[in-house]
Amino acid sequence: MTGRPRAADVPTGSGAPAGPGVPAGPGTAAGSGAVAGSGAPAVEVRDLHVRLDGVPILGGVDLTVAAGEWVTVIGPNGAGKSTLLRAVGGLLPAPGAVTLFGTPLQALRRRDRARVVATVAQSPVVPPGMSVLDYVLLGRTPYIPPLGRESAADVAAAHDVLDRLDLAGFHTRELATLSGGERQRVFLARALAQGATLLLLDEPTSALDIGHQQEVLELVDQLRRAHGLTVLATMHDLSIAGEYADRMVLLADGQVAATGTPRDVLTEDLLSHHYRATVKVIEGDHGPLVVPVRR
Amino acid sequence: MTTTTRTRPAGTPPASRPAGLRPRWVVAGVAAVLVALVAGVSLGPVSLPPGSVAIELLNLLPGVRLDSGLTEREIAIITELRLPRAVLGLLVGGLLALAGGAYQGVFRNPLADPYLLGAAAGAGLAVTVVITAGVGAGGALTGLPVTVPLAAFVGSIGAVVMTYLLGAAGGRSRSPAALILAGVAVSAFLSAGQTYLLQRNSDSIQQVYSWLLGRLATAGWHDVRLVLPYFLLTAVVVLMHRRELDVLSVGDDEATSLGLHPQRSRYLLIVAASLGTAAAVSASGLIGFVGIIVPHTVRLLAGSSYRVILPLSLLFGGAFLALTDVVARTAAAPEEIPIGVVTALLGGPFFVLVLRTTRRMLG
Repeated sequence: MTGRPRAADVPTGSGAPAGPGVPAGPGTAAGSGAVAGSGAPAVEVRDLHVRLDGVPILGGVDLTVAAGEWVTVIGPNGAGKSTLLRAVGGLLPAPGAVTLFGTPLQALRRRDRARVVATVAQSPVVPPGMSVLDYVLLGRTPYIPPLGRESAADVAAAHDVLDRLDLAGFHTRELATLSGGERQRVFLARALAQGATLLLLDEPTSALDIGHQQEVLELVDQLRRAHGLTVLATMHDLSIAGEYADRMVLLADGQVAATGTPRDVLTEDLLSHHYRATVKVIEGDHGPLVVPVRR
Repeated sequence: MTTTTRTRPAGTPPASRPAGLRPRWVVAGVAAVLVALVAGVSLGPVSLPPGSVAIELLNLLPGVRLDSGLTEREIAIITELRLPRAVLGLLVGGLLALAGGAYQGVFRNPLADPYLLGAAAGAGLAVTVVITAGVGAGGALTGLPVTVPLAAFVGSIGAVVMTYLLGAAGGRSRSPAALILAGVAVSAFLSAGQTYLLQRNSDSIQQVYSWLLGRLATAGWHDVRLVLPYFLLTAVVVLMHRRELDVLSVGDDEATSLGLHPQRSRYLLIVAASLGTAAAVSASGLIGFVGIIVPHTVRLLAGSSYRVILPLSLLFGGAFLALTDVVARTAAAPEEIPIGVVTALLGGPFFVLVLRTTRRMLG
């Protein structure tokens, strides 16, 4: 893991959601002008408040993610990380608080939004009996007319993504029979098939061993560099989060407690205060490494 | 560690097609329907040669006039007695299997059947009310040919509406789990009402149970005309949403992030499937198992995509019920066995057989 460029080195395509090299099909977000693009931040969150069943989860969160940037949200359990991602992805009402590529989230129709932002959930549902190809083809839903079916271009796009993720030999396999690492790549392939340039990854490596964690994150980073993707992720493994993120946001009790580069955020003081953990932060080759130590 | 993106290496399988209806399964489904139709018309107290029956069925097509060698009386048996009964069996079986498959997709629950939201209990109570009231009034009410079917239809729809309102009353939207629980509660409530009524009117029990166990015996073209519009409506709406059901299988959040409106799709499908179920119940009483066994058998044999399950359930569900009706009226001739009893007796073991066979084939 050497020589990984930071956001400044990443070709961003000036923030316009052109898709990760996947044929987006007619009427794509980029083509239809569904989002403003042209230098606007990929994500802009202003004073986001979310209550679930009357319980305040997020209380005035501000966040900006530049196009092409990788921002990882960290924080203790219950801090509101997943809720933040769900609000950015349009899965929770956040009127006026979220803007994607300069366009207010609520101004986007569902299908247009799905062409701009793709989400990989923490534990995606694995439909029984569904093949890898059929699962990846679900990612083409925003391009398929309502009540319609996949075109040859959609099938070609799905195969293209499978090729890119080194899954070409898996397309007939049943999703449920794959290993955790293979499955995670397929989840990613489904998101990439959406042709969106903003990827929301909720704990993308939580179920993986350390080798597969590296494999998946390297893959995301490589795709980001190659296709100008923007990544907003949540992660619990602080060391590995710091290795890959350009910037980090520490959420605590539904508010932003700290933001900045991994070196700014991964400090012993901040982590011990907000996680109530005893840790040592060691300087690694590519950023700080967080080591829990026994009290 | 380096991760590279590669093109498809030599020797890997070529690009495959997405899930969809393969022609061989369509042919098998249509063949099953035709076999069921000919068998349903040929077999009975007066046995008719299948070849002659097939010719008479062809004669129903415009411009076709072939000599089947059958007498006028035999032709009348075909067109006025057995054909409407067989056609109604095809329609009701197709509706129940389609509605079952749709419910299984909507609720992401393999145990969902067309009666999940209380349709059976609602119809049962309404029919019991009508029959007990009719018996009490000297049979005048039940003598009307449309009273019992109409009561079943209204009771069925009313119960589903109650379930929906109860499921929504919980607050956090009409989640699938809330709807299923509401369906259980409504079914229990209505069944209790029905049991009480039967206890108070024990002289009606036989009449009520003969309806509850399902029957096609009295079917005529009138019933076919009654069910056909609902059959068409349900089939069109459900089949048009078959890909959306595949998308819904990944959960509401992911379906939403893919651009769908899960609540709206679910609502439409529930309305369509419930209308179809109510129409089936009003015409034939409560026939169990078809809505669970047929979609699952199709799933095991032909694939798990709803683009496969739903159209094939429509065909094989119709064929299954029409053939079951043949067994119901011939196995203990001249008596007829209630068709609901036969679907349970045949369907259960048949499903176990399919399950075992499929497991063996898959290793």
